[in-house]
Amino acid sequence: MNGAQAVLESLKQEGVDVVFGYPGGAVLTLYDELYKMKFPHVLTRHEQGAAHAADGYARATGKVGVCFATSGPGATNLVTGIATANMDSVPMVCITGQVATPYIGRDSFQEADVSGITTPITKHNYLVKDVNELPRVMKEAFYIARTGRPGPVVIDIAKDVFNAEIDFHYPETVQLKGYTDDNNGKAADVRAVVAALQKAKRPLLFVGGGVTLSDTAEYVRKIVACTGMPAVSTLMGLGCLPAGTDGYPGLAGMHGCYAANMAIQQCDLLICVGMRFSDRVTGKTSQFAPKAKVAHFEIDPAEIDKNVAADYPVVGDLRWSLPLFLKEVEKLSAEGDRFKEWRDHVTAMNNEKPFGYIPSKDVIKPAEAIGKISSLCSDDTIVVTDVGQHQMWAAQFYASREPRQFLTSGGLGTMGYGLPAALGAKVGIPDKPVVLFTGDGSIMMNCQEFATIADNDIDVKVVVLHNCILGMVAQWQRLFYNHHYSQSELKGKTDLVRLAEAMGVPGVRLTKPEEVESRLPELMAHKGPMLIDIMIPEDEDVLPMVPGGKRLDQMVLGGEEK
Amino acid sequence: MKRYLLAVLVDNKPGVLTHVSGLISRRAFNIESISAGYTEEADVTRIHIVVSVESDNELRQVVHQLSKLIDVIKIVNLTETESISRELVLIKVRATRETRADIINVVNIFRANIVDVGPEDIVVELTGGRGKVDALCELLQEYGIIEIARTGAIALSRGAIPVKEM
Repeated sequence: MNGAQAVLESLKQEGVDVVFGYPGGAVLTLYDELYKMKFPHVLTRHEQGAAHAADGYARATGKVGVCFATSGPGATNLVTGIATANMDSVPMVCITGQVATPYIGRDSFQEADVSGITTPITKHNYLVKDVNELPRVMKEAFYIARTGRPGPVVIDIAKDVFNAEIDFHYPETVQLKGYTDDNNGKAADVRAVVAALQKAKRPLLFVGGGVTLSDTAEYVRKIVACTGMPAVSTLMGLGCLPAGTDGYPGLAGMHGCYAANMAIQQCDLLICVGMRFSDRVTGKTSQFAPKAKVAHFEIDPAEIDKNVAADYPVVGDLRWSLPLFLKEVEKLSAEGDRFKEWRDHVTAMNNEKPFGYIPSKDVIKPAEAIGKISSLCSDDTIVVTDVGQHQMWAAQFYASREPRQFLTSGGLGTMGYGLPAALGAKVGIPDKPVVLFTGDGSIMMNCQEFATIADNDIDVKVVVLHNCILGMVAQWQRLFYNHHYSQSELKGKTDLVRLAEAMGVPGVRLTKPEEVESRLPELMAHKGPMLIDIMIPEDEDVLPMVPGGKRLDQMVLGGEEK
Repeated sequence: MKRYLLAVLVDNKPGVLTHVSGLISRRAFNIESISAGYTEEADVTRIHIVVSVESDNELRQVVHQLSKLIDVIKIVNLTETESISRELVLIKVRATRETRADIINVVNIFRANIVDVGPEDIVVELTGGRGKVDALCELLQEYGIIEIARTGAIALSRGAIPVKEM
């Protein structure tokens, strides 16, 4: 067979059931074989869309997302998508065409140094110039992408390699001297945390995206239930504990709730699970959890002490450490509900100052719309967000119930992520409803993907919280730049309903508060893709807010009548 | 700032140096020198990196982040083990009839070699630790150094155990 067939055969061996991509000169042979093999493929309208779609697919399913692009501009268009996946540790394999071997390094047509460009934003990458390396490289790429701390891997394949003949044998195992998927740590480290928990009076569990990635939410739920300690979540950990769990107020960090941030500042033992202490989580690191010893369960040794020093590091896969930790703490449950008073204190703080907003009779408040949609969504609904104010409102007011059902670009904060990621998630799990929360800024960054959704009849509900302004930028300008709305006003001339309709997706616009109750139920129940353009006021802030560089307890509150 | 010499064993594959140097620049680590060469094993390259760091924590970050690279097989901090470190330097120094004898004297004291002599210059070769190389450069400064080429430090641990088995 030829190299192109070898690539597709390798994908089959890895269990890949769909590829997102966009054809071009350097991958013509690959697409010809794809055509002949009838390999399932979703044609996006931009390579960036293909990368985000593969990412959304991977986050929703837990499987490796795969995308194809041609050389040069095709590959460079993937870059934002790859960086997004890299920051959030999403397993992806991106296959790009490269100019033919004799043309490499000669500034040939559509040539770009893809391995050079993607080195800082991938877990690993390859340039394949010899067809005989293909099976090994494909095998390694999938293994590297999905094991350990997951991440994107790029395989750049020279055009002539696709045409070259190979006697194809897919390797059964990988041999990598410097990499292993044995990530079991030291049991003594786990026991040290158990001992610390026995001494603690105000312990707090902090759930991060690693719990989602390792599918260990069930252990986290049992640990919380068994110990009775309160818990909070990062943006990436939402859904690991269902909203409404006793002692779990939800999101912590820059736009986290009062109770979550205060609990972090008051606790005496902070047990952090699968998180990396992003500046959006910690506020001023020197004043983060000042009264607490920090335990850190983490697969990546480089995360230990990177931003916040750990008193009790537990390096290892959560699939190893959490079951062990649960077994140990189950032995302690005979001691009774030791943390009830502290847990009730956290609950009381949350009851006193929950996420809130000031209702209006004249305009639709974003929190109200999201809350309504949240109540209409079934427990298996996958929510995807773009980036900005609507993202934070969704994190605050959408009741996340299960892991892998709140997909958002947390680390890179990529506007334009939402629409393609939502379509990728729906393709990955067609049985689950998919709802995208986006803004009128973000949606325009990849609005071409409405065409992909229409062509393939991918049932995604696209909810635009439309405020005619780049809301988060404007909020910072309002708070810190004297209301200078420099280049953040969108004027509102764009008719998003007609834009979606032009590409084959029906749309409606909601402008009145009563329409939230009267129209949303029927719109959300509509079969097939739909744009719901909800007009909201332009001066609504996301609150609470911890201004950059401040302590978590120095948050600006809101939500009360002024 | 403290200086450490790391021996990094990597797969001898295309792209390895991009991965290592890319990581160093991405994480904004300070490096003083980097040198790479073949080893006793055909498929392994040995890279020596001299990093300067503010704290032990920063050093740990360098090591952990480098370890994450798929093609990095092993990293050993040779500053913290018994080791011998050497650097090769070539110095082209301005030499006239009047100064030539002086320069030769200095070169001999340092047990350096003269590898080329021209009508207006001498090229000196010196192998040694960093301190010795710096001292010679300083002394030759007064005659006028035309150019310097340094390899950066390489090192081996003392004793029969190789780095790959440490």
